[in-house]
Amino acid sequence: MARPDLPPQEGLLMELAYLLLMTAAVAAFVAYPFWGKGRRTVAEDPAVAALEAAREAKYREIRDAEMDLATGKLTQDDYERVNAELRTDAVGLLRDLDEARDRASPGNG
Amino acid sequence: MVAALIGTRGDRRWVDAARRSTYSLFALLLVCVVAIEYAFLTSDFSLSVVANHSSRETSLFYKFTAMWSSQEGSLLLWAFILSLVASVSLFFTRKKLRDVVPWATAIMLGVGVFFTSLMLFGGGVNPFDTLSPVPENGVGLNPLLLHPMMIIHPPMLYVGYVSLTVPFAFAIGALITRRVDAAWIKSTRGFALVAWTFLTIGVILGARWSYTELGWGGYWAWDPVENASIMPWLITTAYIHSIMVQEKRGMLKVWNVSLIVASFTLALLGTFLVRSGVLQSIHAFGDSTVGPYFLGLIILVLVGSTALIISRLPLLRSQKRIDSMASREAVFLINNLLLVGMCVLVFWGTFFPLISELFTGTESVLAAPWFDRYTTPLAVALVLFTGIGPLLAWRRISWQGIKRVFPIPTAASAIAVVLLLVFTDAADSFWALAVFVLAAFTFVALAQETWRGAAARRSSAGGSIPGSIVAVATRNRRRYGGYIVHLGFVVLLVGVAASSSFETKRDVTLNPGESVKVEDYTLTYEQPTVKRDGQAVVFGAEVSVEKEGRRFATLEPTRRYYQRTSGTKTIAGYFEGEATSEVGLRAGVRKDFWVSIEPDTNEIRQRSQVADERFGAYMRARVLPVVQRDPSQAGALAQQLVAVQGLATDQIISDYVNPKTATAATFRVIVSPMVTWIWIGAIITILGALFALWPARTSRRRKAS
Amino acid sequence: MDPQKKRQIRLFVALGFALVLATGLVYTSFNASSEARQPSELGDAVPGKSYEMTGNVVRGSIVEQGEGIRFEVRDREGSGTIPATYSGVVPDPFRGGREIVLKGTVENGIFVGERDTLVTKCPSKFSEKQNQ
Repeated sequence: MARPDLPPQEGLLMELAYLLLMTAAVAAFVAYPFWGKGRRTVAEDPAVAALEAAREAKYREIRDAEMDLATGKLTQDDYERVNAELRTDAVGLLRDLDEARDRASPGNG
Repeated sequence: MVAALIGTRGDRRWVDAARRSTYSLFALLLVCVVAIEYAFLTSDFSLSVVANHSSRETSLFYKFTAMWSSQEGSLLLWAFILSLVASVSLFFTRKKLRDVVPWATAIMLGVGVFFTSLMLFGGGVNPFDTLSPVPENGVGLNPLLLHPMMIIHPPMLYVGYVSLTVPFAFAIGALITRRVDAAWIKSTRGFALVAWTFLTIGVILGARWSYTELGWGGYWAWDPVENASIMPWLITTAYIHSIMVQEKRGMLKVWNVSLIVASFTLALLGTFLVRSGVLQSIHAFGDSTVGPYFLGLIILVLVGSTALIISRLPLLRSQKRIDSMASREAVFLINNLLLVGMCVLVFWGTFFPLISELFTGTESVLAAPWFDRYTTPLAVALVLFTGIGPLLAWRRISWQGIKRVFPIPTAASAIAVVLLLVFTDAADSFWALAVFVLAAFTFVALAQETWRGAAARRSSAGGSIPGSIVAVATRNRRRYGGYIVHLGFVVLLVGVAASSSFETKRDVTLNPGESVKVEDYTLTYEQPTVKRDGQAVVFGAEVSVEKEGRRFATLEPTRRYYQRTSGTKTIAGYFEGEATSEVGLRAGVRKDFWVSIEPDTNEIRQRSQVADERFGAYMRARVLPVVQRDPSQAGALAQQLVAVQGLATDQIISDYVNPKTATAATFRVIVSPMVTWIWIGAIITILGALFALWPARTSRRRKAS
Repeated sequence: MDPQKKRQIRLFVALGFALVLATGLVYTSFNASSEARQPSELGDAVPGKSYEMTGNVVRGSIVEQGEGIRFEVRDREGSGTIPATYSGVVPDPFRGGREIVLKGTVENGIFVGERDTLVTKCPSKFSEKQNQ
């Protein structure tokens, strides 16, 4: 493939034009949050997110304990002890979660 | 990057801008990659990278893949993949990890800055460097790289290495903002798992390529660059396990962030080793200017991360401890020690030449046998715990629990020992026997788990047996994905143990018509083959293999000799360029039959040299004067000469198959058991990882009462 | 045993394991390793001791000898040479001018290579230099 043989100055000018165009496009795209009127991304409150993730993990632990019972690794007594402990943890987490949610967006129902 | 750093103050607009600039980086690099590939595909030799790694004769497929066989191209690929994984990770976390993301973005883009400036300022590694005058034809791709496997293996490995940047960046971000919490665990675990999957694919492909392409018949040589790919793999595997302990018990925080830093550093080290001349390796592609820069980056990363971790130590301390040694957490800890121990071992052995030089003044090298000897016990211990782990409960298992889960697998392994000792010669190799026995334990343990889990579900929710198995697996993806991965891994190790301990290797020289017996196979050298194929002459042999009197396979191992790429192309030039081996392989579920050939080309070479001399004389005496008198004839004459040269080559090489002048050839025959299981095990492992990664539909949460 | 004591014991066990591993590592590696030398440094080689020789194969010096090959190896940068014999797998890239690594012993001024230990470095795929 042979590039079109433009005289040197015109070729350079074309390249310069491409460069400026691309830089402008990228700059516009990147700076959009500043001049655009669209929705900003709202990130969730980290404390809330951490508690939600911890809650998910705790539920998974509860399910795992059930599996352990079902597959015979835990005795019924052991299971009930572990289950109670986990559920207490979970209740505590849910309470913390509610508090964190209130703090994050006070006044929301 | 600047935007991200400003964004750490909290102004979302800067963070969004930083994310967008990552997307733009990806777009821009995509344009670069497309441009370079276009240049390759159209054989635009004005770009030096194209001229040095491709030619008009290179086939289209390899023209496309040649880009990353070059230093500049592979740097571009690194940066491109980085921008891709960074963009993807930022897209998925655009509403999460509010405090961590800006820092993570900054770090990922910082690494991007490193690679792009390296290309721009590193000296000779700009992919867009031009040549002038534009050469007529390129050098072509190194024939050793003309293999489909070799061409997916580097990119896959790269994706594995590069994607380790993401968990690293998020870890540093979490440390800086003091948010090493459950939300961080959730996302980082996903990133690490993806990186792990690609690393696994990359490593296995490398091993497979070595086995099916190279003339030595092995799949792992403990070569420094191979080791450089397995070290981050070992650390990432350890991390995937220990992060679960952190999730459940809140402990090992310092350990986990250290593991991530280590894995990323090792990935950078791996990329560095290939480019510098630091270690002797079959992969080490010579010194290049970028080596010192990489070293600088590695040191910066290490020192910076360590300082950060130390400064955050108070935050990372945990009060909890593991309850008991008879728990899954304890097994995970042991597994971590084994994996990290293995990594330390491999690291020590790989860098030993440098270490010994430092301490004794002489450079000493450790070879494969040392590695084999000391990694084997660790690997066997890993199999043991891979079996025990699924059987234990979280937190602690009671004695009654042990009595319920251990008997069956233990019995199975006892039976396995007896069967193996009686019916096979497995006892000849202690370690192999250990692997087989522990593998039996693990298989049965996993089966037992699956069965009991399905049975429990069936008793509460009804349904068929297969249905219950599927249901319980999909509801516990992490657990059962892990079981599948473990199954695959143990299968792979069984294959490794069997093939390395029980293979039979013979080197034998045969004349056409002669046979040799290897184990219960008889190989007969039927006839020699030769042909000219594009830029190479191919010498080979038709070989028939019989087993117990019946025809088993007909194979054609060959050696390709490529025309040299510089200087005038002569007939003898075929023997001065690269040579590659095509092996004859008949893979089977139980055994692989592998044969490679080293033909005796001495006479052919001598005759080529004589022919070349006559050619040269003819050229000087008759052709040159004509061209001097009338230069316009040069083109037509050149074409005629090439044609004549081709005919002469065909004539000379046909002597190889002429019964009167046929010579003996040396064959290497390897019969190794269960090699296929290595590849099967790898596939199972990867499927298991995908299964675990597959997003589960959000199940209805049961609220605790 | 109270938990504190248990933890201490576990810690000691883990540290003990690490210590054993470390000493084992250091001891065996120095024993099992082969000194790396170039041809010019093999003049005072101890007979029977295994060395890892690195150097360039002298062009035109490769001849077949019995079941194996014989060739001359020169220093990477220098002129010291030594003849070498080898039998076993010959890697695909092996030819005159290439850099090799070979493990073996010195007997009567000849470097006798150990079977299957010949490693040929892939010609620089990243370098600008042509092959020959």
